Order: sequence, then structure tokens, then C-alpha cells
Amino acid sequence: MSARIPRARSPARLSFSRWVGIMLKEFIQLKRDRLTFGMIIGIPVMQLILFGFAINSDPKHLPTAVLAADHGVHERTILWALRNSGYFRIEREARNEAEAADLLARGVVQFVVTIPENFSRKIARGERPQLLVEADATDPSATGNAIAALNGIARNALARDLQGTLGRLNPAADPVELRVHRRYNPEGVTQYNIVPGLLGVILTMTMILMTGLAMTRERERGTFENLLSTPALPIEVMTGKIVPYIMIGLVQVSIVLGAAQLLFGVPMLGSALLLYLCVLLFIAANLTLGITFSSIARNQLQAMQMTFFFFLPSMLLSGFMFPFRGMPEWAQWIGSVLPLTHFLHLVRGIMLKGNSFTELWPNIWPIMAFMAVMIGLGLLVYRRTLD
Amino acid sequence: MEFSIDVKGLNKSFGDKHVVRDLALKVPRGQIFGFLGPNGSGKTTSIRLICGLLTADSGSGTVLGYNVMKQSAEIKREVGYMTQRFSLWEDLTIRENLDFVARMYGMDDRRAAVSQAIEKLGLAARQDQLAGALSGGWKQRLALASCLLHEPRLLLLDEPTAGVDPKARRDFWDELRALAANGITVLVSTHYMDEASRCDQLAYIAYGKLLAVGTAQQLIEANHAADLEDVFVGLMKGTEDNFQ
Repeated sequence: MSARIPRARSPARLSFSRWVGIMLKEFIQLKRDRLTFGMIIGIPVMQLILFGFAINSDPKHLPTAVLAADHGVHERTILWALRNSGYFRIEREARNEAEAADLLARGVVQFVVTIPENFSRKIARGERPQLLVEADATDPSATGNAIAALNGIARNALARDLQGTLGRLNPAADPVELRVHRRYNPEGVTQYNIVPGLLGVILTMTMILMTGLAMTRERERGTFENLLSTPALPIEVMTGKIVPYIMIGLVQVSIVLGAAQLLFGVPMLGSALLLYLCVLLFIAANLTLGITFSSIARNQLQAMQMTFFFFLPSMLLSGFMFPFRGMPEWAQWIGSVLPLTHFLHLVRGIMLKGNSFTELWPNIWPIMAFMAVMIGLGLLVYRRTLD
Repeated sequence: MEFSIDVKGLNKSFGDKHVVRDLALKVPRGQIFGFLGPNGSGKTTSIRLICGLLTADSGSGTVLGYNVMKQSAEIKREVGYMTQRFSLWEDLTIRENLDFVARMYGMDDRRAAVSQAIEKLGLAARQDQLAGALSGGWKQRLALASCLLHEPRLLLLDEPTAGVDPKARRDFWDELRALAANGITVLVSTHYMDEASRCDQLAYIAYGKLLAVGTAQQLIEANHAADLEDVFVGLMKGTEDNFQ
């Protein structure tokens, strides 16, 4: 009889083949989980594209309206110079002050340039007429560079006009008195913009993630089968499961709003009721998305990954982190599909500008449309039975 | 005779996998009907078709008098289905689980029914413990109690005694017997021969096809076998030759 040869190696020694075995198993499992694999490739590609191409912290071609009471030669020079600076895109002419104020309030334009009466004549006389530039400064980083460039633009443009016979007017003082009004956020406080924006970011993250996890958890643990075998209807399951999260969302909003008032002194010019209604709409939109994700995801990890995949562009393309108008057109187009983009307008509009419902409507219906599409998609994917 | 289950020609495919083929079943009221067959033979899918969790691709028949293809909502209300895996909420207490299930069935006398069920289970002292903390045998008893709560007329049990000790298994079957004596029909799938021999009728299913139906005695005689185990090993061999 020969001595027994142990089939397995000594367990105490480091084993290269054991180590290879563990590594290979991990690779195989990774390969099987298609969604995770997709994310591993998808997330860096998305970040590259978003950070590389879409984000621009020096926004140009900002929409500008002109309220001109004078159409003289110097007015044309000024407008030409603004346009040429690259920062201002003169889009429309306001007929009166009310219209100009409305364009600014609704966020249609970023700037309103007011040319006073007898602008050219006053320059010729050396009376230094006022050139008023009003900026929508809710997001200081969107307007900062453009405002900084204004002074130089006005002086240099007119310097050319004022050569020759008018040359005597040129050197001493500036030929016009440049007045810049930073509307809605005169001191350019960043928190005024960030804190209301945070509302949307926090809600997006928690609402989508929580519902996504709540539904996939049932599926992962097998309790979903139990639920399905009872007479409970899909609509009852879906809506019943989200109500607690709506309440969580409202609590979060109240915390952020409280902090906005007490810690950061963010003004609240509009109606709180209107704000909460908008919040409810936004919560609802995010919850429907969360449910749709959870119907697609097979487990909690996948639900989490999908949430992140949606959250990333929401943060970057909505105008929360970087000025919306600084992005190229395609990125703005994607951004305007995202509920967060519109919600930011709603919150900043209500808190900082005191917007009314009619002024907010252009940003309300896109969220509703998004929600309608998601509900349709969610019901399509939701499996009443296990097949 | 009144049939609790009377279906024929039920088919179900997932993708190109034909899981249930032309299933025909007649189960009289008050019987314990055993469902046997190798793993992956389509037992679970068949049970899900009958309890309205899945809809068959084709077929016809009734469950408790309701159309099996169309009236899954009505069927669900009067059927108790116990899943193979423990599927109550482990992060709810025993009472909370039963209370939730009672609500799902819209029971009027919820509190009383739940208290009664807990009393009967003998879990009154532990009713506020999390269901996840229970041992395998207790989980199984709780699961049975939860699917009896709404007083179903038909019980569908998918391998209810897998991983349960012999004593608990015997108690479980005594309870099934008592239920059947009260007119409740029980369809139960199992791998245990001692359990099979306690059924009024047996059906053997393999590769989605129903191969034999009858009482234990009938099956043994028809197959010239010594006991039930022989019958099924023989049937299994036969089907392997046919399908593989």
C-alpha cells in the first residue's frame, strides 16, 4: 500500500492557481452582468463627452434684448460691438420697459440693454448719456464674464466713432456712463443660485434611487411573487409604494428651504404654495422614472447604476453646476428634456424673481410631458405577472 | 363530482422554451393532489398558471369555477399560494406580515382573523419578532398561515416542506389533512415519497408533460413496480430516453 497523496494542496500556503481561480470567477460574473458591464464603458464615455464638449464655464452668445429709444449712429456702434464681443446675441427689440422686464423675468433673455433718448446727440455734446445693462444674475457665473467685458466694449467701440472732429470728446472721460444692474441677485451671491438648485439635485437623487430600490428589493427577495399572487392591482402597488417617498421628498424640501432662509439668507420672493406645487410635480416626475428603472433593473445594484446614469447628465446639463447657456446646442437640447433643468428655472424663478404661474408655465409643461412619457413606459414594462 | 381544478390543453413558453405542454388536470374538491416530477419539469410554472400568476399561451378550463384564461383576479381572491422560497417580508414582524396580507385581500375582520391565526400558530408570544428571525420550520408554518388567512377554497403549495425537519413535516401534513377534511382542495408539489403516499391522487410531470395520473395504488400496479419510488424512477428513465 502506498501512502495517500493529498488531492488538495496545503491550505496554508499561498496558491497562485487558487488566486487565478478567484480572479477568473470575478471576470465571468462581470461579463454576465450586461448592465454593469455597459456602465463600466458607458459612464466614462458619457463623462468624457459631457465634460469635454458640453461644459463651458465661459458662456457666450447670451440672448439679449434691446430697448432703444434712439436709433442714432452710436447706438448701432454699441450694439455692433456687443455682438462682436461674442458674449451678447441680440435677439429682439423690446417695445417698452414692461416687455423688457417680462423677458427678463421669464428668463427668455439674459440681458436687456437700454439705450436712452437722444443717445447719439448726447454723446456728440459730451453729456455722457447712461447706457443701462440689466442682467438676469440669478446664476452669477452665467453672466459674470459678459458683465466684466462690458466696460471695455463700450469704450473701445465709441473710441473709433469719436475720432476726427469728435476726437476732442474722447480721451478725458468715458463718452457714456455705463450702468449695470444685476437683477434678482444684486450682490452676485453664489448661494442664491446653488441652494435653490440643491433642492432639485437632492430630490432627483433620492426620489429615483429610493423608488428604484424599493421595487427591485421586492423582486430580489422573492416577495414580489407573493404580492403578485394577491389580488393587489399594479396601480395600487405602484402608487401605494411611492407615497412614503413623496413625504420624504417634502421633508427634504422643507429642510433645504429652512436652511436657505436661516443659514444662507436666500430671498423668497414668490409664493411658497406655488413652490410646493412645483416640488410635488417634480417629485412625481422623478418617482415615475424610478419605477420605470426598477421595472427594467433585475436587482438593486442595477437600479442604482441606472440612477447614476441618469443623475450624471442631470447634474451637468441642467444648469446646476455649469451655465446652461454656455453649452452647445445639442447639449442644451438634451438638457431641456431633463426635468431638473426646468425645475431649476421654477425654483429660482419663484424664490429669486417672484415669478407667477403664467411666467412659470413654459417650464412646467415639459416636466409634465416627461412624466407622461415615463408613466407610459413604466406601465409598458411593469410585469403584472411574472412572464 | 365537483372539480376545483378542471383545465386542459394549457401551454406556456418562455422564449423558445416550452415549459408546460398540453397540461390537463382534474382535481376534485377536498382532495390532496400530489404533483411530482424532476426539478425543472414545469411544476412551478403549472402551479403559477393555475393560481393566476401567469397566463397560459393557450388552453381552457376552470379553477374554482372561474375561467383560467380570463378571470385571474377572481381566482387570486379565492386561492392560497405558497411559494417555493419563503416570500414573506423578513423585515416585518409576524403580526405585520399577516396584517399586510389580510389587507391585500381586503378582509373586513382583519384584526380578529390575524389574532386568531397567530393564536393557532402558537406564536402569540413571538408575534412582534421579525419574520426573518424565524427558523425554517416556523417560516413554513407562518407562510401556510398567511395563505390560509383569507380562507381560500384551493391551496397551491410549491414544495412546501423543502428543508424542513421530519417532525415538522409530519405536523404540516396532518394539518393539510384536516384542511382537506373541511373541503379545501390542496395541490402540493413534492420530492418526498412518504408525502406522495399521503396524497389522494398523484400526477407525474416531466419536461412539461403530464405522464401519469392516479392514486398511489393505481400507479404502482400499472407500472408493475414495488413501490412509488420505483414508479417514478422508471418514469424518469422512460422520459430521458424520449426527450434526450
